[in-house]
Amino acid sequence: MSEFEPKIVAFVCNWCTYAGADLTGTSRIKYAPNVRVIRFPCTGRIDFMLLLKAFANGADGIIVSGCHPNDCHYTSGNFHARRRWMVFRSLMDFIGIDVRRVHFAWISAAEGAKWAEFVNSVTADIKKLGPNENYQRLMDAGIA
Amino acid sequence: MSRIGVFVCHCGENISATVDCHKVAETCAKVPGVVHSVDYKYMCSDPGQNLIREAIKEKNLTGVVVAACSPRMHEPTFRRTCADSGLNPFLCEMANLREHCSWVHEKNDVTTEKAIDLVRILVEKVKRNKPLFPIKVPVTKTALVLGGGIAGIQAALDIANSGHKVIMVERDPSIGGHMSQLSETFPTLDCSQCILTPRMVEVAQHPNITLYTYSELESLDGFIGNFKVKIRKKARCVDEKLCTGCGLCTQKCPNKKIPSEFNTGLGTRTAIYVPFPQAVPNKPVIDKANCTYFQKGKCKLCEKICPTQAIRYDQQDEIISVDVGGIVLATGFNVLDTDFFPEYGYGKYKDVINGLQFERLASASGPTLGVMKRPSDGKTPETIVFIACAGSRDSAKGIEYCSKICCMYTAKHAMLYKHKVHHGKAYVFYMDIRAGGKMYEEFVRRAIEEDGVSYIRGRVSRIYEKNGKLIVKGADTLLGAQPMEIEADMVVLATAGVANAGAEELAQKLHVSYDPYHFFAEAHPKLRPVETNTAGIFLAGACQAPRDIPETVAQASGAASKVAALFSQDELTREPLIAVVHRTAPPIYSSCVGCFICQSACPYQAIEKEEIRTRDGKLIKTVAKVNPGLCQGCGTCVALCRSKSIDLQGYSHEQVYAEVISLLNRGEESNVGI
Repeated sequence: MSEFEPKIVAFVCNWCTYAGADLTGTSRIKYAPNVRVIRFPCTGRIDFMLLLKAFANGADGIIVSGCHPNDCHYTSGNFHARRRWMVFRSLMDFIGIDVRRVHFAWISAAEGAKWAEFVNSVTADIKKLGPNENYQRLMDAGIA
Repeated sequence: MSRIGVFVCHCGENISATVDCHKVAETCAKVPGVVHSVDYKYMCSDPGQNLIREAIKEKNLTGVVVAACSPRMHEPTFRRTCADSGLNPFLCEMANLREHCSWVHEKNDVTTEKAIDLVRILVEKVKRNKPLFPIKVPVTKTALVLGGGIAGIQAALDIANSGHKVIMVERDPSIGGHMSQLSETFPTLDCSQCILTPRMVEVAQHPNITLYTYSELESLDGFIGNFKVKIRKKARCVDEKLCTGCGLCTQKCPNKKIPSEFNTGLGTRTAIYVPFPQAVPNKPVIDKANCTYFQKGKCKLCEKICPTQAIRYDQQDEIISVDVGGIVLATGFNVLDTDFFPEYGYGKYKDVINGLQFERLASASGPTLGVMKRPSDGKTPETIVFIACAGSRDSAKGIEYCSKICCMYTAKHAMLYKHKVHHGKAYVFYMDIRAGGKMYEEFVRRAIEEDGVSYIRGRVSRIYEKNGKLIVKGADTLLGAQPMEIEADMVVLATAGVANAGAEELAQKLHVSYDPYHFFAEAHPKLRPVETNTAGIFLAGACQAPRDIPETVAQASGAASKVAALFSQDELTREPLIAVVHRTAPPIYSSCVGCFICQSACPYQAIEKEEIRTRDGKLIKTVAKVNPGLCQGCGTCVALCRSKSIDLQGYSHEQVYAEVISLLNRGEESNVGI
């Protein structure tokens, strides 16, 4: 059986992390191909229901990343995201999704290398955790 | 039914070297809704763009996905291409196969699979894209300049000279600001008032400038191009139309011992006063707190003496409402308060003064008429010590920044002193000499080499009085921190430049952000230095950070050109990627329940209240409404809205949920919103 390749969805803001990931490309830094980036204007736009939806549809891991504190293109969107994330963590705990499956980060437009390292470390972490099976079993059984 | 076209670019070999572009196009052709899917060597080239143009027409496409480089690079290009063929540009999306895939992964099936995923999710998104149209906002071509110092004056004149109306508001009775208090200016030693006062007069006489002195901003509403401003014109107690500025009242006023603000407390003024002889406007104000009539009920000497009967004791503050399109903030700075320096005895010893006070002592229009006399007994100081970085670069004083102007003005002060007291000794205690600027370093060298000012690298720990002398205890760090004591007759502290006392309150009124030191914050420290985060409000001068006159003037002209550029168009065109509140037909009208959590989260104050009423005026419900002029499209409100009543155009719920679901369910079409 081949090695488990996790499905990781990244929700990133357009101004910092998306541009940072562009820089990773321009710098030709290689990283694990498990991540699919979905672009948002700001981490403040990221509705955490989307994260639940991603898990419900079989995501093994999730990345949320935006501008560093005080660097938000929209002044304060990233602070809202951070506050929401703090609350969401408890909810995850409560509903039984391993908190380690979500990684929250600040990656700026200048941190191309950091994006590559971050993706690699998240991919490695999720590989260790294994597939997000709890829910998948129910899905496979046609219940959820 | 959607008819989507997919265009996969090889980018020469940049993408095709690791991604099998042909396979991507082939696979995506099978995605439901895709009616056209091709790959091509260079999509952004003319023939490549023609492929898109022709396909839109021939296949009647309702959406386009270009799978190529980063949308941050070519999204505008391809959106224009679509617009050329009559497809709404917002029906075009880009999948980032280069920066996010081919350049960062090895050549194999996994990479191609990722590329297919990236295209697929955007196909699902674009199926749900709606045609959007640029938002047009009218522009009121009048500018408001807050602050009448050199920054405000320069900005106002530049805007007025470009043909637009300007309203200038100054808090003090006269414009001129700190620059009018300065004696001479570095590095040329030309007299400050000689270069400033002609500009002050120009402001007063300019047909395009309306000047409100002794006035403050009361409130601000609206948004870029459409601000509504209320100005509080404080009661001068003088009818400006009748007053000729003859000055009889200021001569006759019996209350003559009030410390003059203009002379930084070193001189006196009367209760009815003009701050300084060259004041613009040259009309007096009554200082009610010090006026005998206002305090004791009798006197009225000024009223009796006034030849034009211009005195109005019963004058009230007036609120003036104006509409403006752009605002320049030029409210300047202040110098650090006395109580910051107990160890230097500032405020305790009369001969320990700050840099601004020295300016007045050195100024020909100052209390000593430019003769170097110390404040305590009027004697000529034979030995003078200047202390640079008094407060600046000192985390213990809460000011970690460099005030930038002090190195230069301290050199100037020492030089001016030596020019006036040839035999005197001048010492400067400094940390570093920061003389970056045209002819600045040369100027400091001149002070040291030609005028013989002694520069001592080290800090002063204490100043105390002994036998009528001020003993300055310090250390010379270039001589191994050797302790030093200088018996001085006068000490000048180059006190830190700090934000104005009311800066925070003003920033809140204007919805402008400020830094930890209460200086106003620019939108970007390098690339948008004169803009604030609030569209239409610009910064000039020392209200943003301490800065010297040349820089202030340059920045003021920069801010003025931003305003002129804003006013060069009759309407502003803005990207329609903004939030909208759900509206529907009666009886629901909107799913919005009016909780206004969105309002508290919006960084731009873009959320307004909208009352929905029946024909006879009965209130049905109050819902949120997004002001399209203010909304910047961050979407924070969208994620917060509990009833999911706000959506972000271009990143709608429907679009992003479809992306997530389709990404994780390969080969199955997401049914979100379709």
